[in-house]
Amino acid sequence: MSNTSNGMDKIIVTIFGIAGIVLTYWFFLMKKGRVVAVTGSVDSENLLQVDIVVEGGYSPDNISVPKGKIVKLNFLRKDPSGCLEEVIFPDFKIRKYLPLNQKVVIEIKPDKVGEYKFSCGMNMFHGKIIVVD
Amino acid sequence: MNKIKKTFSVKGMHCASCVLIIEKSLKNIEGVSEANVNLVTEKATVVYDSEKTTDKDLVSAVANAGYKALIEEEFQSEDKERVEKQKELKDLRTRVIISLGLGFLVLWGGFPALMDTAPAILKNFWIQLILATPVQFWAGWIFYRATIPALQHRTANMDTLVVIGTTVAYGYSAFVTAFPQVVQRIGIEPMPYFDVATIIIGLILLGRYFEARAKAGTSEAIKKLIGLQAKTARVVKDNKEVDVPISEVVIGDLIRVRPGEKIPVDGVITEGDSSVDESMITGESMPVDKTIGGKVVGATINKSGSFVFKATKIGQETLLAQIIKLVQEAQGSKAPIQRLADLVSSYFVPVVIMLAIITFIVWYNIGPNPALLFALLNTVAVLIIACPCAMGLATPTAIMVGTGKGAENGILIKDAESLEIAHKVTVIIFDKTGTLTKGEPSVTDVIAFNNGKENDVLQYAASLEKFSEHPVARAIVTFAASLGKTSSHPLDKAIRERAETENTQLFVVNKFKANPGKGLEGEIMIGENPKKFYFGNRALMKDLSINLDAHEAEIQKLENDGKTVMILSSDSDLFGAVAVADTVKENARQGIEELKKLGIESVMITGDNSKTAMAIANKVGISRVLAEVLPDQKEAEVKKIQAEGKIVAMVGDGINDAPALAQANVGIAMGTGTDVAIEAADITLINKDLRSVAATIRLSKKTMRTIKLNLFWAFGYNIILIPVAMGVLYPAFGLLLNPIFASVAMALSSISVVSNSLLLKRYKIN
Repeated sequence: MSNTSNGMDKIIVTIFGIAGIVLTYWFFLMKKGRVVAVTGSVDSENLLQVDIVVEGGYSPDNISVPKGKIVKLNFLRKDPSGCLEEVIFPDFKIRKYLPLNQKVVIEIKPDKVGEYKFSCGMNMFHGKIIVVD
Repeated sequence: MNKIKKTFSVKGMHCASCVLIIEKSLKNIEGVSEANVNLVTEKATVVYDSEKTTDKDLVSAVANAGYKALIEEEFQSEDKERVEKQKELKDLRTRVIISLGLGFLVLWGGFPALMDTAPAILKNFWIQLILATPVQFWAGWIFYRATIPALQHRTANMDTLVVIGTTVAYGYSAFVTAFPQVVQRIGIEPMPYFDVATIIIGLILLGRYFEARAKAGTSEAIKKLIGLQAKTARVVKDNKEVDVPISEVVIGDLIRVRPGEKIPVDGVITEGDSSVDESMITGESMPVDKTIGGKVVGATINKSGSFVFKATKIGQETLLAQIIKLVQEAQGSKAPIQRLADLVSSYFVPVVIMLAIITFIVWYNIGPNPALLFALLNTVAVLIIACPCAMGLATPTAIMVGTGKGAENGILIKDAESLEIAHKVTVIIFDKTGTLTKGEPSVTDVIAFNNGKENDVLQYAASLEKFSEHPVARAIVTFAASLGKTSSHPLDKAIRERAETENTQLFVVNKFKANPGKGLEGEIMIGENPKKFYFGNRALMKDLSINLDAHEAEIQKLENDGKTVMILSSDSDLFGAVAVADTVKENARQGIEELKKLGIESVMITGDNSKTAMAIANKVGISRVLAEVLPDQKEAEVKKIQAEGKIVAMVGDGINDAPALAQANVGIAMGTGTDVAIEAADITLINKDLRSVAATIRLSKKTMRTIKLNLFWAFGYNIILIPVAMGVLYPAFGLLLNPIFASVAMALSSISVVSNSLLLKRYKIN
């Protein structure tokens, strides 16, 4: 501690602190998203669909979909946090309220290849739709 | 074939056989291709052809099977949302009351200035621990509940910061309570900080409660619009009037509306007349007179008379439904100004955690004694004061209120980007006919040159015009695209009407041709002899190399009055001219003046020659005129002005000038609520009042000011207070931020941003 003479504690705190910073950086900012491709799963109308669980984020959060097809995104919010109560797809002009524990279907039909981000209402949680040929 | 899918509740089912019965009876309806009934959810999903099958058929089929179908009214989900939100708010309130109550007891017993007055029992550390624990883990469970799965996704948000901050304070305090001697041995007085943990949780929850209430206000406009929908319609059938739910009205139904009643869907009046209050849709406060043939819009209110109208648009096709959809879409879009806030907020929480660790290291290493306590409390303060929410809320809340405010006043904004660009507009180009003028011209003068007969001139002119409306010959069909534009032009209509009222006999016309933006030509059969005639503007005469000099004075006189002059000629000779005039809208001049006050230059664009154009421009107060512009050149003219470095808005009807609207930075369609116009324009003004253009710009400016203030506040707050919490003011002023005050500031910052956006609601748009 600060009033101990050898100052070992300070060195330990500093080392652990720096390790904590590095760990924080690595843990939050260097993660690589897992991409889930929507290809096989279809509903009764033969439309592509994917179930997205909303709990502390979106899982899956990176969704790869084929171009020009209608894709149903079935959101199920299990997280009561107010932050996640809305999901926004700015490129598709969709802002949708997600009631707790109720499936909400959002249909999109991306016509252009690219990445389309989606996020919660306060832009704290993110995901993206990756449109491929 | 118009296949749609509908899901609705079915009541009265109790076994699997019920499912089969209902499915069978639904499938027996003509047009139904698929029917699935779910016993557990008590819902039926039907795929059917909406041209053959109506909701009524579905309801009666289910009823015939002995059950009840509740075909949901549209937008019902909004209600569900409201109920759930209220439940959430109630739950939040309970947590706030309990955590602040217990927090107060802990504070009383633990806070140096207060503890002398507290009963001894509250000063007991173990009692404090017992009081603080439910606050930490029951009331504060919301934060843990959000943090744990977030960490599994390797993401962090505000809840993460609250969890780390309060857990550190609570954990240290619990440790001090359990092992006071350990703390004492390293030279620190064993003093717990349960008050910090509990009060922070209580205050942040309180902040959330207010924030949630305020946020509900941002989407009020859409709820109001949804609330405008009529519930029932009085359908006239076999001379009987029956009240039916709005979802059961079908196209073609005759509907009776009595004075004071709401018009249920869009349609055309077939019987009676009345005046209708359309303010809820157009923002115009004056009632509008309607008679047979007049269009009525659902959700507007019938004032005086009683009338019957034929439903032409129902359900999602009505103007109100379109408006709701548009506003919902706009509120889901993102303004470019938000990009920076988005970028910052995606790094924000991890960066704050790193800053908190740095704070701990620095205070521990070079802080005054007791260094551990200073390091601990300042770290907690940093974690608590950081507020990413304010940044996330700054733009969207203002956009929601702004677009909602617009919709209330008949200003439909397609997306946040359009609203943002509108405030930067420096030049507004107005299309003349139908935008600055009423678009209902009438023939004012018919002149015959060289001692000819005026009636002949009208006869020939009208023959050509008449032909342009009734394209009988096959050749004309090929011209349909360009022809459609020419013949629907109000000028053409005016000439035809004049001929009709004077009972002018019309000739047969061959080899008809329309030259868009110039005029018409065709061979008129006079007796047995065909004679070629041309009828059009100066540009057409120039193409024919016909010299107008002999009659220039007469033509100019008409043009100087702001009349559009169409000249009738053969290949070589001039026969006469027909002048047509359109009246300027009542509020046009005022609308242009309001724009001038906003520092915006108004430009008029028209196919008319410059003299006619200038006469109109002078009347409305516009000095820059782009005359003799052919319809397909309007887009290029917009480009030219953009090349001057101007941000251009184009105002037109949204039908004939779609390319120009698309080329402009902001395309504004005016005086129309048709699907075509809404599709073509960035902003649609439902009313015909030119002052709405200035109102739109003002709304955009005001919204952008709100957003900028919000962002300034949200960024400034974090940029200033995070360093203060870290202790940068301590060396110079001995100033530190108590974590409890940090939580107050944090809670206030989100609330202030949302409240600032709500202030937009009070803004008087006109």
